[in-house]
Amino acid sequence: MTNTIEVAPLGKKDFVSDQSVRWCPGCGDYAILAQTQKNMPTFGRKKEDFVFISGIGCSSRFPYYMNTYGFHSIHGRALPIASGVKLANPDLSVWVVTGDGDALSIGGNHFIHALRRNMDLNVLLFNNRIYGLTKGQYSPTSEVGKVTKASPFGSIDYPLNPPALALGSQATFVARTIDRWQSHLASILKRSYQHSGSSFTEIYQNCNIFNDGAYAPYTGADKLDNVIELEHGKPMVFAKGSKGIRLDGFTPTVVSMDDYSLDDLLVHDESNLDLANIISNWTSHPILPEPIGVIYCVDKPTYNKKVDEQISAAVEKLGPGDFNKLLNSGDTWIVE
Amino acid sequence: MPKTTKTLDLAVIRFAGDSGDGMQLTGGRFTDTAAVLGNDLSTLPDYPAEIRAPAGSLAGVSAFQIQFSSKEIHTPGDVPGVLVAMNPAALKVHLPELILGGTIILNTDAFSKKNLSLAGFESNPLEDGSLEENYKVFSIEMNKMVTHACEGMDLPAKMVLRSRNLFALGVLYWMYDRPLEPTENWLETKFAKKPAIAEANKRALNAGYNYGDTAEIFTTRYKIEKAILPPGKYRNINGNYATALGVLAAGEKAKMNLFYGGYPITPASDILHALSSWKQFGVKTFQAEDEIAGITSAIGAAFAGNLAVTATSGPGVALKSEALGLALITELPLLVINVQRGGPSTGLPTKTEQSDLLQAMYGRNGEAPIPIIAAATPGDCFFAAYEASRIALKYMTPVFLLTDGYLANGSEPWKIPSLEALAEIETNFIKVLPKEDEIYHPYNRDAKTLGRPWAIPGVPGLEHRIGGLEKKDGIGNVSYDPDNHHEMTMIRQEKVNRIANELPATEIIGEDKGDLLILSWGGACGSARSATEQLQEDGFSVSQVNLRWINPFPKDLGNILTQFKKVLIPEINNGQLIKLIRAEYLIDAQGYNVVRGKPLRASLLVEKAKELIG
Ligand code: SF4
Repeated sequence: MTNTIEVAPLGKKDFVSDQSVRWCPGCGDYAILAQTQKNMPTFGRKKEDFVFISGIGCSSRFPYYMNTYGFHSIHGRALPIASGVKLANPDLSVWVVTGDGDALSIGGNHFIHALRRNMDLNVLLFNNRIYGLTKGQYSPTSEVGKVTKASPFGSIDYPLNPPALALGSQATFVARTIDRWQSHLASILKRSYQHSGSSFTEIYQNCNIFNDGAYAPYTGADKLDNVIELEHGKPMVFAKGSKGIRLDGFTPTVVSMDDYSLDDLLVHDESNLDLANIISNWTSHPILPEPIGVIYCVDKPTYNKKVDEQISAAVEKLGPGDFNKLLNSGDTWIVE
Repeated sequence: MPKTTKTLDLAVIRFAGDSGDGMQLTGGRFTDTAAVLGNDLSTLPDYPAEIRAPAGSLAGVSAFQIQFSSKEIHTPGDVPGVLVAMNPAALKVHLPELILGGTIILNTDAFSKKNLSLAGFESNPLEDGSLEENYKVFSIEMNKMVTHACEGMDLPAKMVLRSRNLFALGVLYWMYDRPLEPTENWLETKFAKKPAIAEANKRALNAGYNYGDTAEIFTTRYKIEKAILPPGKYRNINGNYATALGVLAAGEKAKMNLFYGGYPITPASDILHALSSWKQFGVKTFQAEDEIAGITSAIGAAFAGNLAVTATSGPGVALKSEALGLALITELPLLVINVQRGGPSTGLPTKTEQSDLLQAMYGRNGEAPIPIIAAATPGDCFFAAYEASRIALKYMTPVFLLTDGYLANGSEPWKIPSLEALAEIETNFIKVLPKEDEIYHPYNRDAKTLGRPWAIPGVPGLEHRIGGLEKKDGIGNVSYDPDNHHEMTMIRQEKVNRIANELPATEIIGEDKGDLLILSWGGACGSARSATEQLQEDGFSVSQVNLRWINPFPKDLGNILTQFKKVLIPEINNGQLIKLIRAEYLIDAQGYNVVRGKPLRASLLVEKAKELIG
């Protein structure tokens, strides 16, 4: 990110707006909001430079609770609005808060294209695998067979895999974290902030009203057995060091550390797209642990930067635009 | 054989041929020469919608019509007096509109059996005598002529034949006594990297001209003197380019960064093309993934303090309508340009229509009034785009600019304005918190315009949230209060109404009272003007008003309407302005509605007017 300036230290309270928070008690959104408000002051950026843009859905109320610039827009359209903000003023730190319906269903087209362009945006997708605001219909990330008011006989829709979609859309930063994993969540927010380009973070968020327990295996007592924290350059161990992951050809397998040493394990490499593609497919896997952390991160020139470069190049080549000259260009003639 | 020269006031020529025959280029060159000679002129390009219809087919016919004159004119002409037909299909499509006794110039080499049957001719019209009965026909073997002219050149025969449009142009230049130099210079620049092509085209052009001079079939040539236009510096301009220039002018005048978000669509794409070429002005253009992203990116740029613009055509407006409501309720300035085309659905993408007025007026959920301005001529698109931007910035509102396919692609001589002479642009930027406030109130309004202050991200101390949910006036928090919603609904309407306070007195062409008022808007202005002038010349008590602002209506309009016994509203739709006028002023206005994807014919409007006057 650009423009990190020394400023008087800010605290969490600086980022808390005067609006009362209106999510259901117990909603996972609270934890995400708290971590964002707590960690943003540590980024060393002026508060007025943060902009939060959202679409429609429970998560999209987020901007109202941040005492920054914010825009609560229409369903699915947060990303192009954010793109316009960033293009108009590239010095801003632009954040998009969206949900599984907002980003992947009605806003699916914008999602893939914003990532493809490597627009310098931070996208936080609160994935609760349900439509909360409209009171409980299945979403594009709901599992097959989900019984909701709109699918009394079970949903027959196959779900999307958000990190895989993000990778397929050429995202340069793909991460996953979980609402209840507070310090992990904090570290991912920071990584997203630091990344220049489109940063996509999927946050597993519990909707305790319409889809309670969707992520129980990853947040309950045995969570460490079911989740693997990816760390760049580190071998893939989980379950308190008792299990590891090896690659058998392209196929990942879970091994017991009784039988293998750390040197035998797959080592995470954030810059390896092939590996990232493999990891993204562990999502909701019957055998493999759920991967969280930074799945993929590479540097690539951003769209907004290239826009500015083209403008500078044109000014350099042609000189700054002279409007009256342009008006009078082409074939002209004088009427006396 | 001695040749005579006749002086005319005006002429209407139509070039027609296959898509591959270069008719738009030919028309464009004729236009530029007429402009440089000082004629008043008006053009009507008529493209096929097919990407590339089969060669020689009816669907593949492309045409270009120009009216040029020594008097002031307002339309490209109802029907041509001269038809250049480069193949049988062109003749088939356009002959019905040629005036009786008119001139046809044909490329006989294209009248092969295959082309005749593609065009649906049962017998060869060149042989059965049917043409000569009603028209002056000049049949020329153009392929042979250009081949002969390019003899000795190291060019494949196919490339040589491509210059036959220049041969036809040369013939027309001879007929109307026009110089070849402007076209020759243009060819040299255009084909600077392909000198052989430039040379072949120049030879064809000269061959055509010399053919006119020497061939015995041509006995008369015509002279059309320069028109008396207001003094100044002129250029020829089409509507889309003028629109783009107008938007850029607003950005320059307001010293603001210009952002354009849009998605390619016929016939609006040339606005994107022009703006994206002006990077040295700092213009940012964003070709979005769809129409919705086009407008929403512009809304984002407006939130961040840019002069934000999106342009599209009717189907695109349909997709943008939810976002229009968002721009409206967040009270952000945004220019939305609709280059109207034939609808509904995909309709007639390359043809003109005025059928999106009610869409602009009402095509959104909720009570969502948006100001609407309509450009009257190609050159007027510049001023209308500037005015629309100015009002958007001053009142903090989205504004619709309606142009149409005819204005967008048609051209006319345009007296070049200067940036200095354009109206000043006021903005609502706010940089510091007003002393009396503890926190920023995004909906504290300007008492006169009701525009809200514009605090943009990056400005310390003015952090705030806006959005599509109803807001409490002043403080701007989400509000479900019934009284507040009622009040905000009224404020949003009142804001539009107040624009009328600054509109100049409505211009009336003719007397300010009489038997008939022709009330036009947008691209129908020219036809209405021609009809009005004709009727006035014929001694009828007829005046014209062309509406520039349709939402709001000018304040003096109601009074003007009552001064006429009858009101006639010509539109290229099934009656849209007429519904607004009847509803607002409770008058029994009459409509003249022809929806053929073409400009209205002034002569038919004259007949309708006479019928009404009785
Ligand atoms: S419905 Fe679910 S997601 Fe929405 S606020 Fe309530 S708990 Fe949270």
